[in-house]
Amino acid sequence: MMKTGAEILWQCLEREGVTHVFGYPGGAILPAYDALKHTRIHHVLVRHEQGAAHMADGYARASGQVGVAVATSGPGATNLVTGIATAMLDSSPIVCITGQVGSKLIGSDAFQETDITGITLPITKHNYLVTRAGDLARTLREAFYVARSGRPGPVLVDITKDAQQSACEFDWDAAKPQLPGYRPDLSPAPREYEQALELIHNAKRPVILLGHGALISGAMREVRDLVERSGIPVALTLLGLGVLPASHPLNLGMMGMHGEAWVNHTIQEADLLIALGMRFDDRVTGNLKTYAPNAKKIHVEIDPAEINKNVKVDVALVGDLRDVLRGMLPKIESIDRHEWLDYIDRMKGDSAVRDIQNLPDSGHLYAAHVINDLWRETRGSNTTVVTDVGQHQMWEAQYYKHEEPRSLITSGGLGTMGFALPAAIGAKVARPDTEVWVVVGDGGFQMTMAELATIVQESLKINIAIINNGYLGMVRQWQEFFYESNYQATPLLNPDFGKLADAYGIRNETVTQRSQVVPAVQSARQHNGPVLINFQVEQEDTVYPMVAAGAALHEMIRRPSPIVETAADE
Amino acid sequence: MLNTFVVYVENKPGVLTRVASLFRRRAFNIDSLTVGRTEKPELSRMTITVDADRDQARRIEANLYKLVNVLLVENITAEPAIVRDLAMIKVAATHEARSHVLELASVFRGRVVDVAPESLIIEITGDEDKIDGLLEVLRPYGVLEMVRTGIVAMRRGSKVSSVVAAGNSLAQASADDDVDDVQYSV
Repeated sequence: MMKTGAEILWQCLEREGVTHVFGYPGGAILPAYDALKHTRIHHVLVRHEQGAAHMADGYARASGQVGVAVATSGPGATNLVTGIATAMLDSSPIVCITGQVGSKLIGSDAFQETDITGITLPITKHNYLVTRAGDLARTLREAFYVARSGRPGPVLVDITKDAQQSACEFDWDAAKPQLPGYRPDLSPAPREYEQALELIHNAKRPVILLGHGALISGAMREVRDLVERSGIPVALTLLGLGVLPASHPLNLGMMGMHGEAWVNHTIQEADLLIALGMRFDDRVTGNLKTYAPNAKKIHVEIDPAEINKNVKVDVALVGDLRDVLRGMLPKIESIDRHEWLDYIDRMKGDSAVRDIQNLPDSGHLYAAHVINDLWRETRGSNTTVVTDVGQHQMWEAQYYKHEEPRSLITSGGLGTMGFALPAAIGAKVARPDTEVWVVVGDGGFQMTMAELATIVQESLKINIAIINNGYLGMVRQWQEFFYESNYQATPLLNPDFGKLADAYGIRNETVTQRSQVVPAVQSARQHNGPVLINFQVEQEDTVYPMVAAGAALHEMIRRPSPIVETAADE
Repeated sequence: MLNTFVVYVENKPGVLTRVASLFRRRAFNIDSLTVGRTEKPELSRMTITVDADRDQARRIEANLYKLVNVLLVENITAEPAIVRDLAMIKVAATHEARSHVLELASVFRGRVVDVAPESLIIEITGDEDKIDGLLEVLRPYGVLEMVRTGIVAMRRGSKVSSVVAAGNSLAQASADDDVDDVQYSV
């Protein structure tokens, strides 16, 4: 049947299972918008294209399905860039559709022309420029396949205006992907399994390092089986939180720059690291020269380019984590590791006495209290927390105990401020039955707060907790530690967040005392529309422990003990 | 050490940019990159030489495979191979010097492809050392202009890359059985 490129676009998206797209119209994508009337796909109108990309990303992370963002040419396309790079660094499957000027105008610096395939080349898994309607169906099928398979990532499809307008024969079945060089399905050799098993069975002080790959692979059960069968403790990356329940006795918690001391010491003293779907980011390793110096390393990873990139490993198993673990599990022997586990437990005790949660209420409102109370109130219910980037993000990771996969959505690799609010919209659209909480700093919130309008326009029940300390807190913390407390450009003059919410018709509340936290959370949960809570927390609070950039993983700046007296003394 | 990669890519617009961009953003140093047609119109063949240690070379290989348009990567550094560079060298050749220059060109099996009253163009093919050698001896006469293609390389013997082996469709393309090879794309 003859169809225009614009009609083919939406039909292909429907065939790929797309139900929602996040977009913003403009000249070069107008033919596609004109054809929206023929599709069942719901279009969410964003307020800035960066928001569209983050929403697609949040949608993908909440559902495991490909998220879709749509933008026009030129500035529309370039506004997507931060969102695309965010998705790239966190291996999130999104497809971005951009309009492009007519194919005859390409290269002429036409109005709103930009070389978006050139611009996004290093931050997409793959991208396409489509100049003919006849190429659209195959290209879109390839784009979705590439985005979701192997190590997922963003794919951009730039479609010229004439390719959207012209008509051609549409035959989905005939438009098969042609990707002769693309082989996402790899598996390790039998001898690599044997080598890995031998290391595991001979190790006295092993630790599993669990990352985002486990979630992407859907290997939650296999990971748990491995952990329980082998009795090996687990340290998680930020994006790995929730893959193994926080309450699991062998779950040590988050590792790295703001990981707890016992977790990092466990890694440093280990004789075997079993890295599952993680990539030894500098935020989890600290100084590579001193990283786990006595440990052999096993790396299970789907992307061969990650092998030996940062940390040289002894055995690499390249393949899908779930498949690899299934291959390994029958041969895993149960070994008594109580000596190692007891040792880790003793280290834990030392940290626990320093923990802010174990100290008496001093009247100050700390972000850690807010987050811990939020966790207590929402635990056991189907809740996803979407965080931004900075201090609140680390406190969330430390004090919200994630029991379920996909219950934390956050920008890890790129560390994109402004991510939380739009990503939460994507998450809520993907999983309407899930209670969604945005935990965001006062700085990051203001980067993308225009999307409040999108929340209202789409009637989304999203709860927003602004952790407001009047600073770009994490940067201020670095200035405090490493730049002699020279607070250049970190104090923030904020708007009245309550009035701002009022302007959008969003119910709001300001909290300044710890005693107000729980009632505010409860009342927000009961309200059936969006709620914004402005938590005015201690201004110069610090995320502990901390491994300074470039320091060894065990050289941590620890919590003062006890923290309340220190704070009160100031 | 210098590693030589033979890389088969889809003959599509922008593929050279993708490869070059990869080397730039991963901070791998290209020594030479050539690209040209193959016996199959849908394929282009690149010869890339890069200064890299063994681990880096493997990562380069793995990263090349991550490019969707890359079909096959072979590191032929350790294999017997024919490696050729082509140069055209314009040398000042006055009446007195001309016969010396011609003699040198012939010792190096270079060909004179242009003769002008004051200069000659010598075309020479060979490995890089041979061309460097000729350049060295011509320099005293005055090298006016020089251009080199960068190297192309091919393994000796009957072993051929599977992507170009007869009967192999693109979809069946795969690397050698050599266990050390990186045989994957992500």
